[in-house]
Amino acid sequence: MKLREIAHARTGDKGNLLNISLIAYEEKDYPFLEREVTAERVAHLYAPLIVGSVQRYCVPGLGALNFVLRRPDSESVTRSLALDAHGKSLGYVLLNIEIDRE
Amino acid sequence: MKTLRIGGGAGFSGDRIEPAVDLARDGDLRYLVFECLAERTIALAQLAKKQGRSAGYDPMLRARMEAVLPACKRNGTRIITNMGAANPEAAARETVSIASRLGLAGLRVGWITGDDVLLLMGSIASADPREQLVSANAYLGIEPILACLLEGADVILTGRVADPSLFLAPMVHEFNWRLDDWPLLGKGTAIGHLLECAGQLTGGYFADPGLKDVQGLDRLGFPIAEVDENGDAVLTKLAGSGGALSIRSCKEQILYEVQDPSRYLTPDVTADFSTIQFEEEEQQDRVRVRGASGTERPEMLKVSTGFSAGFIAEGQISYAGPGALARAELARAILAKRLGWIKSGDFRMDFIGVDSMHGSALSDPLQHPYEVRLRVAGRLFAEGDARRLMHEVESLYVNGPAGGAGVATGLRESIAMDAAFIPREAIKTRVELEVAR
Repeated sequence: MKLREIAHARTGDKGNLLNISLIAYEEKDYPFLEREVTAERVAHLYAPLIVGSVQRYCVPGLGALNFVLRRPDSESVTRSLALDAHGKSLGYVLLNIEIDRE
Repeated sequence: MKTLRIGGGAGFSGDRIEPAVDLARDGDLRYLVFECLAERTIALAQLAKKQGRSAGYDPMLRARMEAVLPACKRNGTRIITNMGAANPEAAARETVSIASRLGLAGLRVGWITGDDVLLLMGSIASADPREQLVSANAYLGIEPILACLLEGADVILTGRVADPSLFLAPMVHEFNWRLDDWPLLGKGTAIGHLLECAGQLTGGYFADPGLKDVQGLDRLGFPIAEVDENGDAVLTKLAGSGGALSIRSCKEQILYEVQDPSRYLTPDVTADFSTIQFEEEEQQDRVRVRGASGTERPEMLKVSTGFSAGFIAEGQISYAGPGALARAELARAILAKRLGWIKSGDFRMDFIGVDSMHGSALSDPLQHPYEVRLRVAGRLFAEGDARRLMHEVESLYVNGPAGGAGVATGLRESIAMDAAFIPREAIKTRVELEVAR
């Protein structure tokens, strides 16, 4: 199944930092997210678009993870030539991954 | 217990106006806050002001003020907004003249200056030597707004102020919170952060059909916070308005544009959102928020620096039907040659409908899209060069692959933003006030 069936996301930006929140629809699914959606997995997934490592902040009280990704300086919101300069659509890359659940 | 009702009237400069009019008329608000100043907006405003193209305040100031001032005056609702942008004084004078024209004599309009620190930051350079520093604005906190509220202002116009501070100031003013009660300031900041993007709390930027359905986005209602003196609040919106305010929309918004949720830095406090709790009340579209906290405010203030970075020129052309992608690829190859004089990092081409959003590496391969739109974007430092890019796309009509259609081109000035820091003692803010006659 796709991650988007058990979690939702919102993407925000600050300069060349991008944050993607990943929030379990049901709080019981949070431990699964925390176990499966690691910073390394997210860094690997977004590798073509980012530089450096991904920071992951866990917010169990909200059943949420917050990922902070760094884009190259040339791709900061105000310098990017991309159609989606803010990166607003990028959370859907994460929601599209296949997950394996019992 | 006394409850303070604050409305979020705009989440960005181009936001809808009617939801704020509804709030002003029916929201029983003590304060209506308009957050209209994105990072780059103030630099664009500084540039426009310097070039004499505008006074430097928000271009929608007049439309918004004309729409909400009568109801706000009638209902005793005070307005706080950063629509002053690069020229809060001119914005305030315009607001006074609008008030006079509308017969709102006695309206007290205050403004705050001091965020412009270009003279102090003049030596800052960009990594790209072609870019020129055009603006430097420090993020101010609640203090000058508190001073303006004490002066009895009905409307307050600011330039660069941290977004949540626009909302925190009235809480501190009404409840006499101490300026070093960090947990309380953290709670108020969380409420401000939830409200600052207006419709993004009430169902905007949220809907995903089948998974997260939201009704009535065509008449989305903007949020209201009912804050109590302990910094707890109920978030809601007007009955009958569109949208949906839920725990889920609140969770998305509390983490929006946040890095470490336990350390959200503003000029007022280091807020901690990690312990926040949301609880849906029985009545629809009412969410109780509590549990945020905070620690001491940062010593330095963030400064948003803007650099003039030439022009961004763009052109698009579409191909449809059999072989659409192949013809778009041919057009791309032609433009790669014709525009080969542009520096590689200053130029990109994408296929809209294929890979323009996430890049070719992350996009699902789609071999035979029915239609493809080629998009070309370049950064050029001479306007003539920028226009040349646009012309190259347009000339594909006659000189490019078969069936090229629907060319659109555009040109905009580019402002690149960086962040710097400044000791807060270096900033001198000023509060002034004028009364409409």
